[in-house]
Amino acid sequence: MSPIRNKIEEMPSGCQRQPISNGASILIKGGRVIDPANKIDAVLDILIEGNKISKVAKNIISSDATVINAENKIVAPGIVDMHVHLREPGREDKETVASATAAAAKGGVTTVLAMPNTQPAMDCPESIALLQKIIKNDAKVNVLVCGAITKDRLGNQLNDIAALKQAGALAISDDGASVDNDSIMLQALKDAKGAGVLTICHCEDKKLTQKGVINLGFNSTRLGLRGISNESEYKRVARDIDLGQKSGSAVHIAHVSCQESIEIIAAAKQKEIKVTCETAPHYFALTEDDIIDYDTNMKINPPLRTKKDLAAIKDGLKNKIIDVIASDHAPHTENEKEIEFDRAEFGKIGLESGLSVSVMELIDKNILSWSELVEKLALNPARILGINKGTLGVDADADIIIIDAHREFVIEKKKILSKSHNSPFIGKTVKGLVEYTIFNGKIVYQVK
Amino acid sequence: MVWTKKDLLGLEYLTSEEIELILDTAESFKEVSTREIKKVPALRGKTAVNLFYEPSTRTRVSFEVAAKRLSADVINISTETSSVRKGETLIDTGKNIQALKADIIIMRHNYSGAANMLARALDISVVNAGDGWHEHPTQALLDMFTLKEKLGKIKGLNVAIVGDIAHSRVARSNIWGLTKLGANVTVCAPEILLPVGIELTGAKTSSNLDEVLKKSDAVNVLRMQFERDEGTAFPAQLDYFKKFGITEERLAKAKKDIVVMHPGPINRGIEMSSEVADGANSVILEQVTNGIAVRMAVLYLVSQAKEAKK
Repeated sequence: MSPIRNKIEEMPSGCQRQPISNGASILIKGGRVIDPANKIDAVLDILIEGNKISKVAKNIISSDATVINAENKIVAPGIVDMHVHLREPGREDKETVASATAAAAKGGVTTVLAMPNTQPAMDCPESIALLQKIIKNDAKVNVLVCGAITKDRLGNQLNDIAALKQAGALAISDDGASVDNDSIMLQALKDAKGAGVLTICHCEDKKLTQKGVINLGFNSTRLGLRGISNESEYKRVARDIDLGQKSGSAVHIAHVSCQESIEIIAAAKQKEIKVTCETAPHYFALTEDDIIDYDTNMKINPPLRTKKDLAAIKDGLKNKIIDVIASDHAPHTENEKEIEFDRAEFGKIGLESGLSVSVMELIDKNILSWSELVEKLALNPARILGINKGTLGVDADADIIIIDAHREFVIEKKKILSKSHNSPFIGKTVKGLVEYTIFNGKIVYQVK
Repeated sequence: MVWTKKDLLGLEYLTSEEIELILDTAESFKEVSTREIKKVPALRGKTAVNLFYEPSTRTRVSFEVAAKRLSADVINISTETSSVRKGETLIDTGKNIQALKADIIIMRHNYSGAANMLARALDISVVNAGDGWHEHPTQALLDMFTLKEKLGKIKGLNVAIVGDIAHSRVARSNIWGLTKLGANVTVCAPEILLPVGIELTGAKTSSNLDEVLKKSDAVNVLRMQFERDEGTAFPAQLDYFKKFGITEERLAKAKKDIVVMHPGPINRGIEMSSEVADGANSVILEQVTNGIAVRMAVLYLVSQAKEAKK
């Protein structure tokens, strides 16, 4: 905080001045407002006062507000990205809360759910308190915490889920690993239900994955790399849905990549089992055929699958089987990626590119309407997490993004704000540029 | 036809014309090894570095002999005694060799794609001497050179590749090369050793060796790489020899002049009996001799491409 700001805030209350600590008013004029929570898709103005939306209407007039002209632009709730690896604490060389949330703001993301595979893992209240302190000092957008299911995420010893909730965890997951032991997972689901937190399932049977590095198929044969079968994912999806049903707890399936998983989730939803799921932009934008010349930025877990799986993901998004698009933002340093394919880390960054890739692949190709896309990016994840975000209703938090939906641009390595640069989309032309990100009533990102 | 590629990474990346050019060039270099003074000045003043991350005798020595017969200076780096042991990355090692003004790196590596990665990072030539399960292009080229020498052509030949296809870079390179030149390739192995989607390369698959041998003009027998992948369910060794071992009894039922090849080293009594390995149909030692001519051709062509780039 600048010394000048401090001075202003310390002024005695009799002073004639706008209340700056809550942010000045902002008037967003003439944009196409997309707010699926209120079934709105219309050209409207939005007035922000303090950190809340105070009015959504045609032709709002305000004499003292900062006006943003949003004509021909999309105005939407800020993205709620429920799958982000912040790497802090422990691996600040890859990413920090500060760098990740700067990247988030640039990508139109105003809330992130931080995955617990940090060092230390988020497996006890003390670790969560440590992270909360960093968030308080450094975060540029809203950061929520996901606790770990088991001690050190090793799958052996169940954490005190109620205590994690008490410390501020909204969800639990051993993301990066699946809890192999059925009875531990069942108890975790029961405890999560009792504590009122969401259970997010990383579905992978490591006995089937073994040392696989890309999808099992023609490309793994052609490149001479060990393959990862679809079974390694969907068998665990089926198990976790089954345990969810036994426990009566909701389950959220993370990063769905293959057709069979979608079929299993669709069947469960048909039976009204409490299951939701997410996919990530790379699963509807890339396939195993894109792993040309051993590009390690395409080494992701679960792996990029086939054209058939990609089509199933797009169908799943269209048919509302897939509720959420989340980035699975996984930063890694060049030292961990510019090495032999087998030795390189799994994962890619995605906070800055998720929206644009979604616009290009889903809006432009007529898979989703804007309202449907905003549902997947903002409204549904907010509802699944039980937070009051993802909407532009009056009195809602003023987390708003303004997008030039027609603007094409090339993703350039040198413009990446994340500390790591492991994007499979570098050099690719995408569509839909975030021009403004407003978080908590303040402009936290504005395109240059 | 002018060679334009600075690297040789695999036969998947070559056109049939480029493969023909290597084989034709090798033919003219083969004579050099029969001379009293086995040397030509084609690469005089050039430096070739053998960078081997996996133990190899045959391939490393063959490349060294080939480079020396072209008058290049050859340096051998064994990763056992180099700074690789101290944790240096492959790209750093490559850049250091480049900074020493070497012209060609000949690399054997246990990870698939290592040669592709190095070639991308460097300006100097990279010749793949075998990477993981991916490709071993000079082995396939010398196999094809030998076939052409024995049978006069490649186009239209029926070639069987028998054995551990899943873990074999030799199989992959042979499939790409042979199919590009118009041969009919059948890979023959127990189902567990046939990798997913291998038929998409253009090869047919079979698990019936006797049927395949009846129709084959040549059979390339691969080494069972029992040491390579602890996670794979290999068939028991004796059982494998019974079903897929190349024996004299088996060959008696095949075409009379069938050409029997093996990239070496042989596990005698596992994939092939000693009688066959040393028998009349075997061209195994001729393959070794031809390897020099093929590698001379490859080293010559990639260094030419570099000249053309300047």
